[in-house]
Amino acid sequence: MLGKLDWSAIPFDQPIPLIAGAIVLVGILAVLTWVVVKGHLPYLWHEWITSVDHKRIGAMYILLASVMLLRGGSDAIMMRIQQAIAYQSQGYLPPEHYNQIFSAHGTIMIFFVAMPFVIGLMNLVVPLQLGVRDVAFPTLNSVGFWLTATGALLVNLSLVIGEFARTGWLAFPPLSGLSYSPGVGVDYYAWSLQISGVGTLVAGINLVTTVLKLRTKGMNYLRMPMFCWTTLASSLLIVAAFPILTATLAMLLLDRYLGFHFFTNEAGGNVMMFMNLIWAWGHPEVYILVLPAFGIFSEVVSTFSGKALFGYRSMVLATMAICVISFMVWLHHFFTMGAGPDVNAIFGIASMIIAVPTGVKIYNWLFTMYGGRIRFATPMLWAVGFMVTFIIGGLTGVLVAVPPADFILHNSMFLVAHFHNVIIGGVLFGAFAGFEYWFPKAFGFRLDERWGKLAFWFTFTGFYVTFVPLYVAGMLGMTRRLQHYNVAAWRPWMIVAAVGMAVLSIGVICQIMQLVVSIRNREALRDRTGDPWDGRSLEWATSSPPPVFNFAFNPDVRGEDAYWDMKTHAKQQLLEHEVPEYQDIEMPRNSPTGFVCAFFATIMGFALIWHIWWMVILGGIGAFATFVVFAWRDHDEYVIPAAEVAAIDRVNLEERRSLVSLAGAI
Amino acid sequence: MAMTATVGHAHADPHHIGFVVEHPGPAPKRTVTAYGFWVFLLSDIVMFSCFFAAYAVLVSQTADGPKGSEIFEQRNVAIETVCLLLSSFTCGMASIAADVRNRFWFYLGMAVTCVLGLIFLAIEFKEFADLVARGYGPSRSAFLTAFFSLVGCHGLHVSAGVLWLLTMMAQVFAKGFRADVLRRMMCFALFWHALDIIWVGVFSVVYLLGSGV
Repeated sequence: MLGKLDWSAIPFDQPIPLIAGAIVLVGILAVLTWVVVKGHLPYLWHEWITSVDHKRIGAMYILLASVMLLRGGSDAIMMRIQQAIAYQSQGYLPPEHYNQIFSAHGTIMIFFVAMPFVIGLMNLVVPLQLGVRDVAFPTLNSVGFWLTATGALLVNLSLVIGEFARTGWLAFPPLSGLSYSPGVGVDYYAWSLQISGVGTLVAGINLVTTVLKLRTKGMNYLRMPMFCWTTLASSLLIVAAFPILTATLAMLLLDRYLGFHFFTNEAGGNVMMFMNLIWAWGHPEVYILVLPAFGIFSEVVSTFSGKALFGYRSMVLATMAICVISFMVWLHHFFTMGAGPDVNAIFGIASMIIAVPTGVKIYNWLFTMYGGRIRFATPMLWAVGFMVTFIIGGLTGVLVAVPPADFILHNSMFLVAHFHNVIIGGVLFGAFAGFEYWFPKAFGFRLDERWGKLAFWFTFTGFYVTFVPLYVAGMLGMTRRLQHYNVAAWRPWMIVAAVGMAVLSIGVICQIMQLVVSIRNREALRDRTGDPWDGRSLEWATSSPPPVFNFAFNPDVRGEDAYWDMKTHAKQQLLEHEVPEYQDIEMPRNSPTGFVCAFFATIMGFALIWHIWWMVILGGIGAFATFVVFAWRDHDEYVIPAAEVAAIDRVNLEERRSLVSLAGAI
Repeated sequence: MAMTATVGHAHADPHHIGFVVEHPGPAPKRTVTAYGFWVFLLSDIVMFSCFFAAYAVLVSQTADGPKGSEIFEQRNVAIETVCLLLSSFTCGMASIAADVRNRFWFYLGMAVTCVLGLIFLAIEFKEFADLVARGYGPSRSAFLTAFFSLVGCHGLHVSAGVLWLLTMMAQVFAKGFRADVLRRMMCFALFWHALDIIWVGVFSVVYLLGSGV
């Protein structure tokens, strides 16, 4: 009846996951009770859960990423404490639990923190920057988000029902095969990634189509803000790379469920094929994450230097070069696995070549700052911190791209330090910069600068105190994923890294405090003009938060830095004196399709993990029925009458006019 | 809704490269939908390419089991191919009928497409069932694993296509040739033709090359 599921799935003998699970459960119940008692449920359902508005969906992606960042961060804290105390002892985490923690940490941080964070920012900002009213497929956008949330839910479910994978974040066979991992851990891993992978693919298709087909009048390719370009490159990579992940995990699942022989040791299976396939996805994935961050930094550096981006066209070229070359370097993830010197040399050279366009970008940012009037607001701090940190990470990356060096550093703590250096210093700093920069646009008030700067400095310092010791430990020969060790020379570095982790945690607390303080002071921090940073691109041309239709009129773009152009060319005055002729606007109706579909996907995923076949069929039928019901509806759009558009737009025009009169002529 | 492009002059362009073709603004919905679906199809083809690659890697790993030439039956594969290629033609007829809003020819075209798709699936199912009955199931060897996965993945796509086809017929029956229904019909046709292209690949790589070895 319930497949493999019975009471032994609940880890009653392990206090840590049980207590953690109980705390989370109490937390969720408390929030739900508060929502229901306060009567917020209808608001939540109509305005958020069923929303197909790209801004709302973007905000929900970012919320999901932030919550999961806390989960993945707790895993990190547990690992650092374990390695600090597990010298010539077992520490406090038994091996099978420790292995689940490092697997969950990697899986969560990449798939459920970094991915939703950048996809959320792209969703939120790109249609605004392109001057359009929504993404290409609004309902599909909602489906994509909720499927990502399903994946996150399943990963967290494994904490209290069953177990998670003990195989590392990429689940290499034969370890992840049925003979060495008979439990449900790998199944939790694979099914949550399959489901959230569909969501990611949908988001990628949506964004590619949005950028290529939905730009406002005059928004030629070479007038698009840099963030739109990096979004395009990143989404193209999603479309080209995620199907590889889907196929690879499908093969692994076939091996596990139906006794196939793709990656087994018996009957001619080929384990190296898994390495090649997973990294053919995995390396582009690195750039899927970091390219949008590069876009964010381009926007931030240019805005806070008060200058147009230096070398815009070379930036576009560098972005697209990275997009292509990222598919040609995957083998550097397994130089040591016997490909031979010729192949290794080619991939080593390709890996160094891809550092060139990245270097071009760094110089462009530096030259953008050169001679500019730099304002060190919080987003700019993250951007400068990124440049310093990312260069160090890039240099250690070029080091491990040299095959002979890689033979020594492979799978060591040096490697761990390197990829955290680029992912934290690149993606996470970028996500935080974007969060600080676009928060006023999304919610209509700025974030508190004092707490923001504190958060930056603690995170920045904490990062170095944590990860520089890991470089040293790696040089001293420490391999990654050790549950305990007996080498005295490593011990001090592990203790320093644990202290660094504490500093990093203070940074996280500062960030939470920043949010709390800012929400409390939101009236004082209110952004009335819609342009709090003196911005340059179109998202600042509408109010904060933007109306549901984004722009009363689709803007007419005449050059790069469209909004800056409008401001300097006295278009503002034109806007002031002309009484625009408002028109009715059609917008897509909200739809519970995404939520309902994800509900069935959750049931199906859970049933597949536990081999509850009738429930799988039920979930499948439910998901199909949801789509049919959606396809059958008669009214998929509603009209906002011109008068209402006018009323909303005038408020914002008033505010902008008062700004203009305050500043004199722009 | 034809897209028009206006030509601006050099001063509109900061880099002074001469004439600039001004982007005319958002594309019409039909274009956007078709474009997005094309992008999806490309991603689907990337997924198939992984199964093709796996097949190419594992084709010689027969683990003392049968080789391709020992299990492939040319006659059946020929019938399958004819069915699928014909169904692409009838699907095209149904699309044209939908464009001119002719219900009779639409239903007829779709029904024939459906029957041809089902015949294809039945033959494939029988081929699989026979192999499994002879002990040559996917767990027998890595070659059979790759064979069953590649051909089966295509078969699953055709099954999903048949389900979609029936849904489209029901939708035209209930809603008529509405703009959104026509857009979906266009996507369905693209999907069905793409499956045909993939079958040409499967036919060549698996059955033609395989029966020689």
